[in-house]
Amino acid sequence: MINIVRHPIDVQEVLRSVQVPEAGAIDIFVGTTRNHSSGKEVLSLEYEAYEPMALKEMEKIENKVRSRWAVHRFAMVHRVGRVGIGEASIVIAVSASHRREAFEACHYAIDTLKREVPIWKREIFADGEMWVGFQGEEPQE
Amino acid sequence: MITVNVRFFATVKDLVGADEIELMLEEGALASRVLDHLAERYPRLSGWRKHLRLAVNSEYAEGTRLLQDGDEVAIIPPVSGG
Repeated sequence: MINIVRHPIDVQEVLRSVQVPEAGAIDIFVGTTRNHSSGKEVLSLEYEAYEPMALKEMEKIENKVRSRWAVHRFAMVHRVGRVGIGEASIVIAVSASHRREAFEACHYAIDTLKREVPIWKREIFADGEMWVGFQGEEPQE
Repeated sequence: MITVNVRFFATVKDLVGADEIELMLEEGALASRVLDHLAERYPRLSGWRKHLRLAVNSEYAEGTRLLQDGDEVAIIPPVSGG
C-alpha cells in the first residue's frame, strides 16, 4: 500500500494491510503534527506534494527496503492538505518474520522519505506561515 | 526550439507567483538552463539556487541533463515531508 491521501489516515487499515501469517513482527511509524516549532506555537501544518514523483520515490523506497531486508509487506501513506495538531501526516508499516528487519526497514523508510520524497510542509503560526526549510528570504546554511 | 513545462512548489511557487509555466529553449538546452532562465526572470530565486534540485519527468536530474521537447521539469526546493 503506497498512497497519498487528502483525508485522515486510518492507522488500523494500514496495519491490516501488512498483516500476514508469516510475520512475527510489525513496526509502525506514525508522524504527527507537533504543537511547537523553533519555540513558537504551531496551529497546524499544511502539506503539498508533487504527486506523480512523490509516489515514484515512495515506491523506490519500498524497492530499496526489499533489497536490503527480508520484509513481507510494506505500507507507506502520506496525507496532504491541512493536518491538525496530533493528527498523522505519515504512516509507514513494515511486517517481517523477525523484529530486527521490521525496525531497521521502517527506520530507513522514514529517514529516506524525509530526504528524497518531493513533499513540503508549511507551518501555520498565529502570526504567519512558513514553508519548512526556508528561513526568511535566504536559505540557511 | 523546444518547449518544456516547468513546475513549482512551496516557496518557489510563492516567489514565482505561479505553479507552472511553459518555457521555450534552444534545441540542446541542458536542465541547468531552466535555472539560469528563472534566476534572470525572478532575481529573488537566485539566492536559493544551490538549494534547488531539478527533476525531469518525475526523476531527479543533474543540471547537465539534456532536455527534450515536451519534458516536464520540476524545481525541487528542500523537501520536508513526514
